[in-house]
Amino acid sequence: MTWDWNFAIQIFPEIASAIWVVIGITFGAYIFSLIFGLVLTFLRRSSFKPLSMLTYGFIEFIRSTPPLVQLFFVFFALPSLGISFDKYTAGILTLGIHYSTYLSEVYRSGIESVPKGQWEAAKAMNFTKTQTWINIILPQAIPPVIPMLGNYLLVLFKETPILMAIGVGEFLQKAQLIGAEHFKYLEPITIVGILFLLLSYPSAIFINKLEQRSKLTFGERKH
Amino acid sequence: MGALEKDLIMIRNSKRQPAETLVSYENVTKKFGETEVLKGINLEIKRGEKVALIGPSGSGKTTIIRMLMTLEKPTSGIITIGGEPLWHKKTASGKLVQADEKHLRKMRSDIGMVFQHFNLFPHMTILRNVTEAPIHVLGLSKEEAHARAVDMLTKVGLGDKLDAYPSQLSGGQKQRVAIARAVVMHPKVMLFDEPTSALDPELVGEVLQVIKDLAKKTDMAMILVTHEMDFARDVADRVVFLHDGQIEEQGTPQELFENPKSERLQAFLKRFLKR
Amino acid sequence: MYVYAEIIPKIAPGLIVTIEILLAASFLALIVAFIAGLGRISKFTIIRKLIAIYVELFRGTSLLVQLFWIFFALPAFGLQLSPFFAGVVALGLNYGAYASEVVRSTILAIPHGQTEAAIALNMTRWQRMRLVILPQALRMMLPGFGNISIELLKGTSLVSLITLTDLTYKGLMIQNTNISYTFPVFIVLLILYFIIALPLIIAVRKLEKYASKGVAQA
Repeated sequence: MTWDWNFAIQIFPEIASAIWVVIGITFGAYIFSLIFGLVLTFLRRSSFKPLSMLTYGFIEFIRSTPPLVQLFFVFFALPSLGISFDKYTAGILTLGIHYSTYLSEVYRSGIESVPKGQWEAAKAMNFTKTQTWINIILPQAIPPVIPMLGNYLLVLFKETPILMAIGVGEFLQKAQLIGAEHFKYLEPITIVGILFLLLSYPSAIFINKLEQRSKLTFGERKH
Repeated sequence: MGALEKDLIMIRNSKRQPAETLVSYENVTKKFGETEVLKGINLEIKRGEKVALIGPSGSGKTTIIRMLMTLEKPTSGIITIGGEPLWHKKTASGKLVQADEKHLRKMRSDIGMVFQHFNLFPHMTILRNVTEAPIHVLGLSKEEAHARAVDMLTKVGLGDKLDAYPSQLSGGQKQRVAIARAVVMHPKVMLFDEPTSALDPELVGEVLQVIKDLAKKTDMAMILVTHEMDFARDVADRVVFLHDGQIEEQGTPQELFENPKSERLQAFLKRFLKR
Repeated sequence: MYVYAEIIPKIAPGLIVTIEILLAASFLALIVAFIAGLGRISKFTIIRKLIAIYVELFRGTSLLVQLFWIFFALPAFGLQLSPFFAGVVALGLNYGAYASEVVRSTILAIPHGQTEAAIALNMTRWQRMRLVILPQALRMMLPGFGNISIELLKGTSLVSLITLTDLTYKGLMIQNTNISYTFPVFIVLLILYFIIALPLIIAVRKLEKYASKGVAQA
């Protein structure tokens, strides 16, 4: 067996210590995308055609192009326009914008599943647009899609290693540094894989349970 | 396996069946989890006999025919076809073991079934629905299968719809195709699971007519699970009334419909017949 | 703009590599998807469990980690794959796992009455699958496959990090040689990836409509 247990145990703490960076980036980006995703959904629904078309184009473009290239764009290309970010901010911003496009689709499907009668009842009771959204539509649109939203948190988490390309010190980056230093890559990278499994598998099961409960409460939805 | 041993003893002890018995159920029970749906069914179907199974929903009538079609496995008891056990098979040394898929396939070739919800294959034309099994299961050539199918589809009144897809047909038409599809395999026993229950009332008659014609013109045995009492009276040689997993009463249609003996049957008939 | 015209021919070889890897990995993913998807509903428990482990392993870890493991860690077992092969294997196994779920779930979504009708006609298990279930399921798989292929395209950019000279790698090289190229290069990259994705996006839209016809309603 070519696996070196001593080495693995020795390097584990250093790799695992990246967890704070990972958590910070994952949740930073996720919160950004939760908010910006909702913004995009509203922009897409705008009655001002050019704006809604532009948003649609933006969403499709960002969704269909590689986040790695978007990362390079934000970190390397934007400075030539005078917009500079440190690598952590660049990472959070890129992932945040990238996943906000997915979340905006999730929000959209949730909103479209709210029965038309709700809009009509709100109008009949003379609610303002804002009141309609906050009191009637969103409270019905969001709970059924929470499992989907949770699913994207996991997906985002698994995307964080691409940030190593701009030197962000997350799991894989630490593993690569150790590997390059000792010329032993098996243990470091395997440990990263195990860390991901340990963190994502229970969460995936949890989200699955959420989805079953959501189906029971809200019925089958068409995405 | 206590149940298997009991069945073994039963087969050894069971009396010789008369030559014309095609299907037999001996002390067949069926449990779904904790619920006992069939509590000991003893039933014999003779060659060419048309038997109607009637009874309230939940009485187990559908389960009885599904077990014959190998869609459900009996919890205990023996079902035989042509004297040979269906769910068990004899090994070379004469011992009885659970039937494997090979044995089930051999026995299944004598049974056909028409389903309540038709179950036509939506990605095939009507013609292909009817020729597919003759070609792949019976090994008929394309021409033979085609000829059989066209003949059968014409008999059920759909000779002009050969290239249509199931989604383009009405419920009554779909069921007639389903009947053609099953009959074309020349089974010895045809099972009908509430063939008209899923149809709009005005389409029921055309399907019942096809089944009546089949009953008159072929020597297939038939087991019909149905709620159409007039139809049962017309077609059946024997009517079996099931209640709560057991056979309450059976006899000719005249006996059962005109002179119901059991109270439950009388109550049941009151709900269905207008006389 | 002059700069853009300069960049395109320099970046073109990378485009070829990207498309090569896209096609090879998609092919592998498709094969894996059917083997794993069908295996997951096999009657043999051991096959089901083994495939479940594979699927959960690849879905539960990051694609980049898998890529690096195959390229950097496998040599410890004596297996040194070229960047191209490592990329194809990682992308194929990863997206194959996701696609296998599409295969599995569409097969399970076919109403049970179809299987029962096929049993009633005395078809063998394989005939049921081949003649009745799979043709219907395949229609439903197409949109899912289409979406996964777009994800796969995005995933190919990661091979630049194991020194495969794909589109992204070429872009990085170009902006390395001339810092003033940075902004145009990455814009061109994004647009090129989008152009490759466009037919896939349109195909998925069309497939989503096609998939809902010709399937048995439960």
